Amino acid sequence: MASHEHQRTIRISALARVEGEGALFIRVRDGQPMDVRLQIYEPPRFFEALLRGRPHTDAPDITARICGICPVAYQMSACNALENLFGITIPQEIRQLRLLLYYAEWIQSHTLHVVMLHAPDFLGVDNVVQMAQTNRDLVQRALQLKKAGNQLLALIGGREIHPVNVRVGGFYSVPRPAELRKLRDPLQRGLETALALARWVARFPFPDFEPKYEFVALRHPTEYAILDGHVVSSYGVDLPVSRFEELVVEHQVPHSTALHYEIAGRGSYLTGPLARFNLNFSQLSPLAQEVARETGHVPPLQNPFRSIVVRCLEIIHALEQSLALIERYEPPARPWVDYEVRSGIGFGASEAPRGLLYHRYEVGADGSIRDARIVPPTAQNQKRIEDDLRLLAPSVIQLPKDRATRFCEHVIRNYDPCISCATHFLRLDIVDGDQ
Amino acid sequence: MPRRRRRPKLAVWKFASCDGCQLTLLDCEDELLLMSELFEIAYFLEASSAVVRGPYDLSLVEGSITTPEEVERIHAIRRQSRILVAMGACATAGGIQALRNFVDVEDMKRVVYASPEYVRTLEHSLPASAYVPVDYELPGCPPNKAQVLEFLTAFLQGRRPSIPTHSVCLDCKRQGIVCVMVAEGIPCLGPVTRTGCGALCPRYRRGCYGCFGPMESPNTESLSAWFLIRSGLAPQQLVPLYRSFNAAAPAFVEASQRYADPKSVQKAAESLGTHAFDQREPADGEP
Repeated sequence: MASHEHQRTIRISALARVEGEGALFIRVRDGQPMDVRLQIYEPPRFFEALLRGRPHTDAPDITARICGICPVAYQMSACNALENLFGITIPQEIRQLRLLLYYAEWIQSHTLHVVMLHAPDFLGVDNVVQMAQTNRDLVQRALQLKKAGNQLLALIGGREIHPVNVRVGGFYSVPRPAELRKLRDPLQRGLETALALARWVARFPFPDFEPKYEFVALRHPTEYAILDGHVVSSYGVDLPVSRFEELVVEHQVPHSTALHYEIAGRGSYLTGPLARFNLNFSQLSPLAQEVARETGHVPPLQNPFRSIVVRCLEIIHALEQSLALIERYEPPARPWVDYEVRSGIGFGASEAPRGLLYHRYEVGADGSIRDARIVPPTAQNQKRIEDDLRLLAPSVIQLPKDRATRFCEHVIRNYDPCISCATHFLRLDIVDGDQ
Repeated sequence: MPRRRRRPKLAVWKFASCDGCQLTLLDCEDELLLMSELFEIAYFLEASSAVVRGPYDLSLVEGSITTPEEVERIHAIRRQSRILVAMGACATAGGIQALRNFVDVEDMKRVVYASPEYVRTLEHSLPASAYVPVDYELPGCPPNKAQVLEFLTAFLQGRRPSIPTHSVCLDCKRQGIVCVMVAEGIPCLGPVTRTGCGALCPRYRRGCYGCFGPMESPNTESLSAWFLIRSGLAPQQLVPLYRSFNAAAPAFVEASQRYADPKSVQKAAESLGTHAFDQREPADGEP
């Protein structure tokens, strides 16, 4: 308002095209950001508390319900933690089937974000339906790509959302080779679509913005880490998953029902596709690397707006790997391995579509859960999103209200935030004044 | 069929939930673009930044009611909606977060948050029907895509949706799936759980875990006796079986109470008794 010409406030009260509910509040005075708050008002559901006293066998099914978009990630991190505790070694055939299930989730989740949530930002439209008016063929092909991922997910997991087939030690039952082979054609067509998508999004206009990030991701000795690995960062961190909690500091802020995370002594960090790409590029599939070079996307890649390209490259990777796994699939002798319950603490992590997802469980001698800790990727990225907005605030505040709002939302969507996970996210209207 | 002069306005709302029910809509890859032609997508934040003001012809509600703000919001949505549909296990039966209905929620806050005083929440997680009249309920965690599409089609055609209410058990018999409980002694909630999944869990050789909630008139007492005798479960092991993704469904609450400790029984009884919407004055425009 007139009395405070030097001060402006941006408030987005409900963010769109993100998973879950959140808001954004930015106040700038004399061109300096005074206050940047990503307000997560997603109601808390207390997963860590309601797991207490439940049989440990419930963990994969219950934690899946933290997120309808990446339930497999929760199931895999939960199984990793419990299998770590019980000393279970997962046979190669079961592990490969888990990889296949996880790639399927990456394909459907990344395609959803790239095409339905993020691309509209670059084209200045509100949603995928408007986008389909000018790009109908590509949108339809992308929907079929998403569907191919979902078909693979549903075959192995039983259904797309909250799969039923994952258990500690393996699966309840496993697909026959012929069932998997039926999916080769839709996945092959999906690969062609993914290549077209990557080349299309690589030509989008990207704002110049390259903050100095600390990237955090899992690393695996022989794979582009997804199912498991050790924790590495672009600042030279290299730790087993069991020491993850030594690396990060958790704190609660009054404006959010999601907890904030920082690296002790250094501040915010970034997890997710951009981190994986920069840390593990050499392990991407040959075709994904080829398209990355062809479109000029190679590490170090610091521009978060380009994460949309990286997601497409990861879709290509996931499809190539899936097709190879299906080709050499041999059903395991038994769907799961038996194990002895023992009391103690287990640690597990995997690379959810949105980044590193960490679980820790303490289990009693009776097999029930005594204590649980879950650190989802969006909660880890929350501080980093605020830092990006803080860096951009002085220029954003110069824009007309409507454009400022859209731009802030775009910055947030670079992270594909899943607010349902983080609370474990967002609406945007801008007000002038000092409220 | 005569053409409608105006496309009905569709709104999709989220309360305490995982987004999975809304994702069920976005997972309709073959039908999505057609759906956007038949409905005016007036409010669907997960999918679109464009927001059209109410009133709405059809509101789909995902999630359970867990905070004072959500109570206000569900009343406001009811006032703006001609037809209000609760979609999924959270909106129809409290969801997994309704496990709080059996314990002290303040204890739960302390487990998760270092400063529990920042967190505002209600004592109970309850379905939409606990606060407002609900016109139709689509069960499931997640709901079945075919059932959601059948509901939307029936809505457009102005007819009653054809969504069955028999048990999962019957689906197994129809599909010729070998009974996991009879053959392998695996505890299965199929005999008391509503159909919708296509008997998914037994097909994958595990017991049904009740994610579609109770069928009409379930005989949980008989099933519990089977669990104790045939599957050799201890009585206390029956409690988490009935208390999961439909934790506030009355039939499952009741079934779990027979084997639970008295304290949780009393707390759960409160959650069932105190929030019936008929105790409240109807809001303007409600049927």
